[in-house]
Amino acid sequence: MRSSYDVIIVGAGPGGSITAKTCAQAGLQVLLIEKRQEIGDPVRCAEGVGKEGLMQHIQPDSRWIAAELKGSMIFAPDGTEIKMSEEASSQKAGFNLERKVFDRVLAQQAAMAGADVMVKTRAIGLLRSNGSISGIKAMYMGEVTEIKADIVIGADGVESKVGRWGGIDTSLKPVDINTCTQFLVSNIDAGEYNKFYIGEKYAPGGYLWLFPKGEHTANVGLGILGSKCGTVRPILLLHKFMETYMPDGKIIEMVVGGVPVSGPIKQTVANGLILVGDAARQSDPLTGGGIINAMDAGKIAGEVCIKAKEKGDYSVKILKEYEDRWRATIGKELSKSLMIKNLLIKVSDEQLNQLAHSLSGIDTSKMALPKVLPILFKKNPKILWELRSLFI
Amino acid sequence: MSVIVNRYKCGYCGACVGVCPVGALELVETWIEVDNTCTSCGVCAKICPVGALGVVK
Ligand SMILES: Cc1cc2nc3c(=O)[nH]c(=O)nc-3n(C[C@H](O)[C@H](O)[C@H](O)COP(=O)(O)OP(=O)(O)OC[C@H]3O[C@@H](n4cnc5c(N)ncnc54)[C@H](O)[C@@H]3O)c2cc1C
Ligand code: SF4
Ligand code: SF4
Repeated sequence: MRSSYDVIIVGAGPGGSITAKTCAQAGLQVLLIEKRQEIGDPVRCAEGVGKEGLMQHIQPDSRWIAAELKGSMIFAPDGTEIKMSEEASSQKAGFNLERKVFDRVLAQQAAMAGADVMVKTRAIGLLRSNGSISGIKAMYMGEVTEIKADIVIGADGVESKVGRWGGIDTSLKPVDINTCTQFLVSNIDAGEYNKFYIGEKYAPGGYLWLFPKGEHTANVGLGILGSKCGTVRPILLLHKFMETYMPDGKIIEMVVGGVPVSGPIKQTVANGLILVGDAARQSDPLTGGGIINAMDAGKIAGEVCIKAKEKGDYSVKILKEYEDRWRATIGKELSKSLMIKNLLIKVSDEQLNQLAHSLSGIDTSKMALPKVLPILFKKNPKILWELRSLFI
Repeated sequence: MSVIVNRYKCGYCGACVGVCPVGALELVETWIEVDNTCTSCGVCAKICPVGALGVVK
C-alpha cells in the first residue's frame, strides 16, 4: 500500500469497482476500499439486470448468472397479467445475477487492472487542502490512517457519507427511499419470467417482485415507499404474501435494504470529489434498478478522472464533465421514471386494474415498457394525464 | 436524545443511515452506531424495513 494515490474509491460495489478498473487500466494509481470483510456480501439486491446494459461492461459468465429470463410479467391488483418481452421493463428483464460472486469478480477485475484493494477498511472522513478534497481518513482493524489522493470517489451506496463529508447533502427523505425486504425462497416453481405485483394490496408505493434464480428458487421481495412505512413494514407484508400465495415456499435467505428513488440530485461533484451510483442517488425511481446505472456512472467517472490527471486539475471545472455526461444519459431516464413514480403512488388499485384491462386484446408480449406506455396513455388519458409531456 | 437499535432484528442494510438528516448514524459492517448529534426526529425508525429502531425522547 502507498500513502498517496491518484484516485481513492470508497465502496467496492459495481459503481466503485468499474470506476477503479477504468482508472487503473489507464495507468492511474488507484486504491479501492471496502468496509466489509467480504465484497458483495450480504447482498442488498434483487439481482435483475438488462442484458444489453450488462454487456457494455462485462461478458456474461455462468459463475455469476443465476438465471436467464424470457421477459417480465406485471400483475395488476386483481390478478390481470401483462406479459412483456425480453428487453422489457427497462433493466429488469435479462439476467438475474448471483451478486455475491458478481461484485467480487468486478473488484477482482479492478485489481487485475492494477488497482490496490483494501477490505475491512472503512472511510471515516475526508482530508482537505487548499479548498479541495485531498484524501481520506480510514479505519482498518481499529487503526486509523490517512491516505492522500487527488480525487476521492464516493461509491459508498445508500448509506453514503462521503458526499455529506464533502459538503453535498445526499440525505434521503422518506418519500425518496424504497424500503425493502426479500427472501430467497425455495421449493417453488420459479418460472422463466421476472414477475412484478403492483398495488397497495401488495406494496404501498412500490411493488412486490419474484425474480427466478433457478428452477425452484427465486428472490421474492417487496419495497414500499418510506413515507408509507411505519404502521406497515416490508417484512410483515412479505410474510403475509408468502402465507397466502406460497404456503409451501421455504425461506433460505433474507435480505433487507433501501433503494434511493429520489431522481437526480442537484450536485454530485466538488473539488477533488465525485459521487457514483447509489451514493449519487442514481438508482431508478420507478424500478429501483441501480446496478447498470452505477456501472455506467463509474465508467464516466473513471474517464473524467483520467482527463483530470492529464490536465493536473482536479477542480469542479474539470470534474463537472462527469456531472454533465451522467445527467444527459442516466439523468434523463431517472427524470422520466420519477414522473411515473410520482403518478403511480397516487393511483388507486381500482385504477391500476383499469389500466391493465385497457390492454386486453393487445399483444404486448413482444413489446418493452417504453412501447406499452404510450398505448396505455392513449387508452387512459384521464388517469395518466400528468405524464402527457412524455408522449405529446 | 437517541435511538435504540434492536441488534437482534437489524439486518445491517444501511437504509436508516441514508435517511438520517443529521448524519448521526453509521453502519459499521454488521452493526449500527448512533452518535450524540441525534435529534430523535424518528425518520430512521419510520423507514426501517424490519422495525429495528426505537426513538428515545
Ligand atoms: C432490496 C433491493 C433490491 C434491488 N434490486 C435491484 C435489481 O433487481 N436490479 C438492480 O439493478 N438494482 C437493484 N437494487 C439496487 C442496487 O442494489 C444498487 O443500485 C446497486 O448495488 C448500487 O451499486 P453501488 O456500487 O452504487 O453501491 P453498493 O452496491 O451499495 O456498494 C456500496 C459499497 O460501499 C461500501 N461502503 C459504504 N460506506 C463505506 C465506507 N465508509 N468505507 C468503505 N466502504 C463503504 C458498502 O459496504 C458497499 O459494499 C436493489 C436494491 C435493494 C435494496
Ligand atoms: S434500516 Fe433497520 S435493518 Fe437497516 S441498518 Fe438500519 S436499523 Fe438495521
Ligand atoms: S432519530 Fe433522526 S436524528 Fe436520530 S438517528 Fe434517527 S434519523 Fe437521525
